[in-house]
This record gives sequence, structure tokens and C-alpha cells, in this order.
Amino acid sequence: MTSINWTELIVFAVLFVIVAGLGFVASSWRRPKSMHHLDEWGLGGRSFGGWVTWFLIGGDLYTAYTFVAVPALLYAVGAGGFFALPYTVTTYPIVFLVLIRLWSVSHRHGFVTPADFVRARFGSPTLALLVAITGIAATMPYIALQLIGIEAVLKAIGLTGDSFVARHLPLIIAFAILAAYTYQSGLRAPALIAFVKDTLIYVVIIAAVLYIPHQLGGWGAIFDAADHKFTAAKKGGLLLAGPSQLQYITLAFGSALALFLYPHSVTGVLASKNRDIIKRNMAALPAYSLLLGLIALLGFMAIAAGSHGVAPLAVDGKPDPNTIVPVLFDRMFPSWFAGIAFAAIGIGALVPAAIMSIAAANLFTRNIYVEYLARDATPGEQARVSKLASLVVKLGALLVILLLDPQFSIDLQLIGGVIILQTLPSVALGLFTRWFHRAGLVAGWIAGMGSGMAMLYTIPNPATHHDHFGGSAFALSKLGLPWDVPIFAGFLAVAVNLVVVVVATLIARAIKAPDGVDQTVASDYFADEGDPKLVR
Amino acid sequence: MTHDPTDPPAERTDRSPWNWLLLVPIVIPLLPFLYNASEPRLFGFPRFYWMQLAFVGLGVACTAVVYRMTRRTTGRKP
Repeated sequence: MTSINWTELIVFAVLFVIVAGLGFVASSWRRPKSMHHLDEWGLGGRSFGGWVTWFLIGGDLYTAYTFVAVPALLYAVGAGGFFALPYTVTTYPIVFLVLIRLWSVSHRHGFVTPADFVRARFGSPTLALLVAITGIAATMPYIALQLIGIEAVLKAIGLTGDSFVARHLPLIIAFAILAAYTYQSGLRAPALIAFVKDTLIYVVIIAAVLYIPHQLGGWGAIFDAADHKFTAAKKGGLLLAGPSQLQYITLAFGSALALFLYPHSVTGVLASKNRDIIKRNMAALPAYSLLLGLIALLGFMAIAAGSHGVAPLAVDGKPDPNTIVPVLFDRMFPSWFAGIAFAAIGIGALVPAAIMSIAAANLFTRNIYVEYLARDATPGEQARVSKLASLVVKLGALLVILLLDPQFSIDLQLIGGVIILQTLPSVALGLFTRWFHRAGLVAGWIAGMGSGMAMLYTIPNPATHHDHFGGSAFALSKLGLPWDVPIFAGFLAVAVNLVVVVVATLIARAIKAPDGVDQTVASDYFADEGDPKLVR
Repeated sequence: MTHDPTDPPAERTDRSPWNWLLLVPIVIPLLPFLYNASEPRLFGFPRFYWMQLAFVGLGVACTAVVYRMTRRTTGRKP
């Protein structure tokens, strides 16, 4: 597996270049009067219709890393990896009524980030800062993971040079292109590219679920092969073992709650034109979940294709489980189609990476730069700062991947899911109630963060020989409880958070601690396209 | 809590009995006893897999119904 497959590489490179070209052209798509406003660069003019929003949010949430890591998880442990399905089914009905309120109040007040909302709702720049920092910290490793998606593809093509530079040069070039067109076109670039990316992904996956099972003797044979492997290895299985069910559903539910707290999800939502488009998309986006479910099953196809030489590639002596899907495509598809499949994954990394870096940059600009450094920055200056910040964010993600063990990013992303959940009370519940006291929310955030980190610290990962931060399944028995049952740590942490928020709010009210001023009114949460924006 | 002359009309609401339907696709996929079994198989898929894939359809159906029944243009009084 050291020689380069030239057909794959050429198809991949051609598609990649076309998409990069699209990214630059995007700045003149639905051309605004001026790009020098954060609403234009960072939210695409808040003007996206139903289809653009569907492609944009779909391309944003279902990332290249998801497409690579979820099947890798099924390949390794079986049923437990399928949590991605209940996760992405339940999330839309959960947020259906939440996001329309967030959109309305943001439309009315010109909010760009979730932290903007928190600041106005609770009158607390401190709380907004905490929300912003949480968002940036949760997003950064997520961007780095997109690079792992690209890297997995490059390895399967055979681009594994010996020297540090040769091995990483393609990745650096890909990321430099991404950084350049995001800088130039802002959110319009991923919105336009998402059309290509998602179309490619749909084509590839439909082909994969029809063509590969046909070669492997049908779906029944694929599941049987997987069952056989898990039984022989005495690890994992086609069904959930009794105790792991609680972990399965709390992980699915906790992840569903967390998904739309991520800043990049909010960016996609706020870029849509009106409430109706958001509601319609909540019904239409699960199409991607069906796709994800089928992609997950590629993990079992890879098991059944073991006799075709499908196994994770070893890099530096360690087998890299994330290469399993690219290797499957490499072995089972003709080279030209494998090239298209790789391009789908590679481009699939560019869309979310662009939106995430824009979202993180907006948080920095609005809630750190404008709040603490330059109070009266003009919209033009904000756009300029955000563009530069997006470059810094991407450079940071690239360095993390190049200089640190990729496992570090995976661990960090796991932590990201737990910490972003800690913004649930202020961002999501705050949309419905103003009962919480700002001091209570800060106290809850600290308690949720602290307990979440403490729990993750105790979880080892035997596969990578890490003693800490090795997973998200926390054994209840560690709390002295009589059940030896694992549960998703983020779920417990947000429960701690909520209890502290309530208790601390009661205390703050009792001692009459000064509360912030709510700048929003009830009717703001129902504003729609055409309703006037507040000018402040 | 400052009132602004441009405030949207106060009588708007997102309340609707149809919203309760959203609970169905939230609760059902989180009940493993429904699907944590192999039999019956469907097109070779164990129940665990085909049933959870089918929940996508359940989610789409419920959300789509709520969307149709709560559209502002149809809910607005003449």
C-alpha cells in the first residue's frame, strides 16, 4: 500500500480544484452591496432559502469525520456505534420549537452568535464570554478532525511520503486553499460548495449500498460476517449488551441536545431567510440521517470484505481505524469511482471546516474583540477582524494535527461534546424563560464543566493505552451507586449544571443579588422576515 | 424591557396542540427494548438496524405534519 493510485489521485485532484474554484467564485454569488459587514461575510446576508439551507446545514452537521469515524466505530464495536442514528433522528424534533425562537430574536436584534443572545437576554458580558469560550473550545478540535478525514483519504490513495513534509504537504495545500476562499467569500463559499459535496456523497453512498453488498453476497451475509467477527473476538456485537443500553440512549440524547448548541450549527440556522425555512428543514434534514445510517453500515461491509484485503492501514506501525472506509472504497470500487468517493469525503471536510472556522471567528469578534477590545468597532471592522480570526483558527487546527498525536484531537472532540452541553441552560432554556439569575447560570456552568471534566478524567481507553479522557462512558459505580452501568458523562454533567443553576438562582433571588437587564421582549421571539430590525 | 414602536404584534404564538406530536420521534428512538433484537430480519437486516433506520421515516412524518399544521399563513385569522 505504498504505491500511489494515479487514477484515484487525478479524479480526486480534479474535483478538488473545481470545488476550490467554486469557493472563490462564491463571493459574487447573490452579490451583496458590500462584503464589509459581518452579516454578509459571516452569515451570507441572512438570506438563504430552503434548498441552500438544506444543503448548507446538511453539509455542516454531517461532516467528513462523521462519515469516516462512525463506520470505523461499527467496524470496531458493532451496535454501539449506531447511536449516531437515534442521535440524528431525535435532534430535529427536539430543536424544532427552539431554533425558530433563536432565529426570531436574532433577526430582531442582529445577533450573530449564541453568545450575543445570552449577553442581551441576561445582561451579563461574563456569561456571554463563558458561552463564547466554550463554543470556540468545542469547535477547534472539531475542525482538526475534519483534517483527519482528508488525511484518511490521502493515505488510502497512497500519498504516504516518508519525510514529514512529503507526508503532510497535500494536507497543507488543501487547507491553504480552504483558508483562502473562506477569507474571500465567507459563508457563501461553503454554501455553494455544499451543493457539490452533498450530491457527490449521495451518489457515492447509493452506489455503495447497492454495489458492495451485491459483491459480498447480500446484506444477510454482511451482518452474519460481522456477527461472526464479534463473537470470535468476544468484543462488541450486533446488538447492545444489557448494561450498555443506558450509555447508548444517553449518548444519543445528550448528543442530540448538544448538536444545535455548537456555534457552527447556529451559524447555519441564522443564515436562513425566515422561520418557515427552518421548520421545513427540520422535516427535510433527516434525509441525511438515513444516509448516515447507511454509511455507518459500511463498517460491517468492511468486516465482510476482509477476504478482499480490507483492513485498516498501518501508519507508523499502528493500524489507523479511520482508514477503513477509504480502504473499502479503494478495494471494492473501480479506481475512477473510488476517486470520486474520496473527493466526496475530502470536499465533505471542507464545508464544515469552513463553517466552523467562520463560527469560531464570529464568536471571537463579537464576544471578545468588540466586547473587551474595541467597543465601537464598525461593521466593516468586525468583518475584517472575523476574516483574520478565521485564518488563525484554521492555522491552529492544522498545527494541532501536524504536531500532536491525532488521538489528542479525537479526545478533545469528545470533551467538546460534553462542554458544549454546558451552554444548554443559558442558550436553549434561556430562549424560553428568563427565570434564571445570571449568577446562577455562571455557577451552573462552572459546576457542569468541573464535574464533566472530572468524570472524563477517570475514563481510560485500553485500546490506546490512555489512562484519562479515553471515552465518554462513565461507570455509575464510580459514584458509589450499586449499578455497574455506564452512562454518557455529558448527560450527568448537564444534570449537575441544571441543579446548580436552580439552587444558585434561588439563593441569588433570596439575597437580592442584582440581576442583569433583559433587552429582549416577549414578541421578539416571534418576529419573522419582514418585521423591522431594532436599530441600536 | 424597553418597548419599541417597532415591536412585532404581541398576539403571535408558537403554541399548538400539534406540537405534542414532536414527542413521538424523540421518545420512540430512545427505547432500546423496541429494537435491541435480531428477529425478525428484513432484507437481511436484523431488527436493530432496520427498525432504527425506519425511525428516520417516523421523524420526518411527525415533523412534517407539525410543520404543515402550524404554518403561520394557514393559522392566521382572516
